[in-house]
Amino acid sequence: MAVPFYVSPDQIMQDKAEYARKGIAKGRSIVAMEYNDGLLLMAENPSASLNKISEIYDRIAFAGVGKYSEFENLRKAGIRYADLKGYAYSRQDVTTKSLANAYSETMGTVFTRDPKPLEVEILVVEVGETSAQNEMYHVSFDGTITDHRQFAVIGGQADRIRGYLQEHYRTNLPLADAFALSRRSLLAGYERPPSEESALEVGLLERKRIGRKFYRMTQAGAAQAMTAANNGS
Amino acid sequence: MPLFSGSYEGASFFELLTHDFPHLLPFQHLGQVPQLATGELRLSAAVPFATTVLALRCADGVVMAGDRQATEGFEISSRRIEKVYKADDYSLIAMAGAAGPCLEMIKLFQVEMEHYHKIEGETLALDGKANKLAQMVKQNLPAAFSGLVVIPIFAGYDLHRQQGRIFKYDVTGGRYEELQFYATGSGGKEARSTLKKFFKAELPREAALALALEALVDAADVDVGTSGPDLIRGIYPVVKIVTRAGVTDVAEDEIRPLSERLIAALQG
Repeated sequence: MAVPFYVSPDQIMQDKAEYARKGIAKGRSIVAMEYNDGLLLMAENPSASLNKISEIYDRIAFAGVGKYSEFENLRKAGIRYADLKGYAYSRQDVTTKSLANAYSETMGTVFTRDPKPLEVEILVVEVGETSAQNEMYHVSFDGTITDHRQFAVIGGQADRIRGYLQEHYRTNLPLADAFALSRRSLLAGYERPPSEESALEVGLLERKRIGRKFYRMTQAGAAQAMTAANNGS
Repeated sequence: MPLFSGSYEGASFFELLTHDFPHLLPFQHLGQVPQLATGELRLSAAVPFATTVLALRCADGVVMAGDRQATEGFEISSRRIEKVYKADDYSLIAMAGAAGPCLEMIKLFQVEMEHYHKIEGETLALDGKANKLAQMVKQNLPAAFSGLVVIPIFAGYDLHRQQGRIFKYDVTGGRYEELQFYATGSGGKEARSTLKKFFKAELPREAALALALEALVDAADVDVGTSGPDLIRGIYPVVKIVTRAGVTDVAEDEIRPLSERLIAALQG
């Protein structure tokens, strides 16, 4: 019987992480940002139907970068998790913290157990009753979970965008300013500015909305806001 | 997986429960009570029943209304129960029958449509919603035999056809569209005769509201299971309207004067 070669766990994990990072680096970044009336999520996405940003529950939204089929599966699993919990208990009992933890466990298990890790990074965000109660969780391909304030970035160009936002972000921004800043930060992710700007996918969690807080800006609406931001700056 | 342990992969919440979490379905437990199957035990006298609900088309869409009483055998078990609910942004649902299963089915139906919308990114067409509800009613058939009948009325604004539509159901899950109005529950027959007499096509909102309330007052007048507007306690029927602009609750401030006028008319 052939004995498999010994490979140290260190090496296996490293290889998997590198593989996952390579996959994720191909995807354009997504920015989530707190503004005065809620949370704004923005992605460059030429497709109007294959979404990267989506609603999970009343106050909770999801964004994913990397392999579409993989984060789409995670998104649907999250919706099932939230709807089941809300149905069995009550709507208030669906919390972002437990959802983000469940994502973290699932992605962590896949990373250690499966031969191929997930090539995705996700954001799970919640708009609170007040800005202080907003929550933003970043879950990485290996299940590492971190929480963020003010803004959170995922995807290939995250470091550069984060750097830009650290310099330019201010608290309590009105929506139009947050929109403009998010867009500028996405552009700051490029080494060389692109010749043509990609269409934007924008999702909002608006605190003032009654019931379900998630709202998707149409592509036309996003283009309009983009023009307004251009004229303003 | 901690996130989601089932194996169902579609967009329907109802199917998801059926497939992976049957213990969360309404009525699932009834099969386990042998006395029910033999007819030895009938639940109909032991649980609260929701009574009269109705819907009628008006110029802008559909008006749906229900009285506030739940009846348990010969007792009033609640004076404040609500039987008319917003199902989603463009539809309404009302139920008559065993109150517990009714409310559970409404909740399941609401989640069903929200779940579909989130998973698929699209809302169901009005016909699709009406069909899904029929499947749920059909599933309740065994419970209906043991006395726990659940009969919904479903109405919505059809954005494709640009009109309000009303659907009624039977216990087997049969689904029928009504073009003008419908009422069901213990006082349903009485309410229907009032509606039949005074219904006109394209009624303006005010007149449609008044007619809905009048039908409920007439039902309460004859049926012991139905309550009229309770002026002493300040309890009024629940009325909702669905139009092109979506679902709106009719405020109590609007229902109160209309109810008072109808009661005054009864005094002769």
